[in-house]
Amino acid sequence: MLNRLHSRKRVQLVLGYLMGIVFGFMLQKSGVASYDVIMGQLLLRDFTVVKTMLAAVITGMAGVWILVAAGKARFHHKSGSLGSILPGGILFGAGFALLGYCPGTLAAAAGQGSLDAALAGIPGMIAGAWLYSVIYPLLGRRVLKFGDLGDRSLPEVLGVHPAVLVPVSMAVMAGLLLLIELGA
Amino acid sequence: MADLLRMAAWSPHAAGAGIGVLSWLAFLLSDRPLACSTSFARTGGMLERLLGGKPGEREYYRKFTPEIDWQWMLVAGVFTGALLSSVLSGEFQLSSVPALWAATFFGSWLARYAVSFGGGLLLGLGSRWAGGCTSGHGISGTLQLTLSSWLAVAVFFASGIFFAWLLYGGGSC
Repeated sequence: MLNRLHSRKRVQLVLGYLMGIVFGFMLQKSGVASYDVIMGQLLLRDFTVVKTMLAAVITGMAGVWILVAAGKARFHHKSGSLGSILPGGILFGAGFALLGYCPGTLAAAAGQGSLDAALAGIPGMIAGAWLYSVIYPLLGRRVLKFGDLGDRSLPEVLGVHPAVLVPVSMAVMAGLLLLIELGA
Repeated sequence: MADLLRMAAWSPHAAGAGIGVLSWLAFLLSDRPLACSTSFARTGGMLERLLGGKPGEREYYRKFTPEIDWQWMLVAGVFTGALLSSVLSGEFQLSSVPALWAATFFGSWLARYAVSFGGGLLLGLGSRWAGGCTSGHGISGTLQLTLSSWLAVAVFFASGIFFAWLLYGGGSC
């Protein structure tokens, strides 16, 4: 691992910004920075969002698993629980449908001139994320650790070796992508 | 190359693959997964401090320090990258009411802004509660085959599809 590079704070801030520029560029080019495209996905009329995500996950999966196997990177599995993901995810979906952007595409929409994202969506998102810091102690472990899933990965849970599960997952997602293409 | 950058749109497969390659670089060069939503929480804390509050006294902001970090710069870059892409292609356009919204509801910007703010609020609350968003769980988590991320992305879309269906006339259209 490139530990020395990882520990250089200022360089990392610049790298974060540069990677963000590429990320925003890709989001805008694929069309997912547009309200109409995202709502089209949620209304199941336009599959651009799912196509973009599947292509990103298939490509990303191949490289990241190789980097980890080669000792050049490590995983960052998020831990979660039913008490965090079910209520959080349902609220997220309601916000996703009302706003018509998700957090990343919200920033990209603002960049392409969508003022509903820049002047209302972003302030709302900041207020909502801030509000979570206020209710966080009220939820406590009783809610947030209910049905704890830990930071486990699917190869661990299913007992299937990653050397099998990673290519199988990629093939399944590629098949899905093909099905969408044929259906459209 | 210049022509490619000036194109109005790329195929979602190409743009998605580009994001996948970017995630390799994020893991390799920065030891970080691509993710967005924590930065909005940090911004909220920074604003609270600016207004004289003490966010650092709350448990959440002791865990997520209100400061500019790698991911905050990433989100700032997303704004810049989309600006750059849309200006290069001539697609940049100041607009307040998206076309689909205007065709379905009234064209008033005030109604659209009010719903956007409310939607943003739920999105901010929900993404922090669920511990991530469509980037952190939806792309970075799923590509690592993380159990909680696969569940999260399923709930995000199931809920999003349900509420979009309610909003746009309960299937009558």
